Amino acid sequence: MSRPTVKTDFSGEIPKGTYGPAMHLTETLEGWRNSRPVINNNICNICGLCYLVCPEGVIFNEKNIMDIDYGFCKGCGICARECRKHAITMQKEGAANE
Amino acid sequence: MLDRLDKEEYFYGHKGCGGCGGSLAVRLALKVLGKDTFVVLPAGCMSAVGFVYPQLCFGVNALISPFASTAAMLSGIRAAAKSLNIKNCNVVGFAGDGGTADIGLQALSGAIDRGDKIIYICYDNEAYMNTGVQQSSLTPYGARTTTTPPGEHIHGSRNSKKNMFEIVAAHHIKYAATASIGNIPDYIKKVEKAKNTNGTSYIHIAAPCPTGWGIDSSETVAIAREAVECGLWYLAEYEDGKYKLNKNVKEFTSIRTYLKKQGRFKHLTDEDIQEIERQRDENIKFIKERYI
Repeated sequence: MSRPTVKTDFSGEIPKGTYGPAMHLTETLEGWRNSRPVINNNICNICGLCYLVCPEGVIFNEKNIMDIDYGFCKGCGICARECRKHAITMQKEGAANE
Repeated sequence: MLDRLDKEEYFYGHKGCGGCGGSLAVRLALKVLGKDTFVVLPAGCMSAVGFVYPQLCFGVNALISPFASTAAMLSGIRAAAKSLNIKNCNVVGFAGDGGTADIGLQALSGAIDRGDKIIYICYDNEAYMNTGVQQSSLTPYGARTTTTPPGEHIHGSRNSKKNMFEIVAAHHIKYAATASIGNIPDYIKKVEKAKNTNGTSYIHIAAPCPTGWGIDSSETVAIAREAVECGLWYLAEYEDGKYKLNKNVKEFTSIRTYLKKQGRFKHLTDEDIQEIERQRDENIKFIKERYI
């Protein structure tokens, strides 16, 4: 996966001074989400529009399949709203447990 | 177009609200400009969500400037890059509408006057969203903000939007453009043009804010598109001393539908909407006489 990831070697110390390393991620944001976008790969024609409109940049094309980095997806729903093929649906988080 | 974008993400894991239009503008611009970029952010949403200590979300060199001096700092970075003999780097600033049209206007004017090779991108969400929705000089007529609350006699903001594009173009800038996150291919093309401009370039991008506008987080891109369709925003360029209208909308969609989708315009009466329509017609007449 070509996305930035949380620094696993981060043991809680914080960068000292007024600057720090670039792309220093210490936590994921999946807890922000109420519902998650799910891509139906049978309908998806890999146009890449969802990749363009995502403010988080979590949707990406890997080996010709659109995939989502759920660690950082906030579930805003822009991808599902904009998808011209209606290949993305928003599913309530936790629905699988009910 | 997709292959012209950098595959890497340079703005990732930020703590902006879900569906933030400004962060989409920043992300896409950085994907066009690539890793050899220096970013300057004044106080505003993008510096607040990008650097929530110790989560640092920019993959390129990024620093926070004092509110009023985004463009001055851009000039300084360009001068430093020149003296260190760093070639082929981009120097870009992302300021909000308040940081551009109110507080940073003087520094921007100075930088354009000097003609430094910098890119200034204003993401316009039409109020001071970072501090909790206060009116800026780019807040449209009738909008509700915390400093222009609608009451019995006064229905929201009495200002109409300052014309930043014209103000910047009046400096005889090398390249200026208006864009919208509702038309992403157009925006990417304009950032590419700004990148290849030998001089100062300015892009004013309409970036709706779900929190401040009172819309669903999934509507951000759709509402930006609708603003262009109903004539309240336009896509234009100023290059080599000439204006160009990129999208000549023949027939406008209903302003009422556009306004009533947003919580900040909920209170508007029929007269207010007629006033907004009148302002739009006046503005479109001005644009068509000048740009076509």
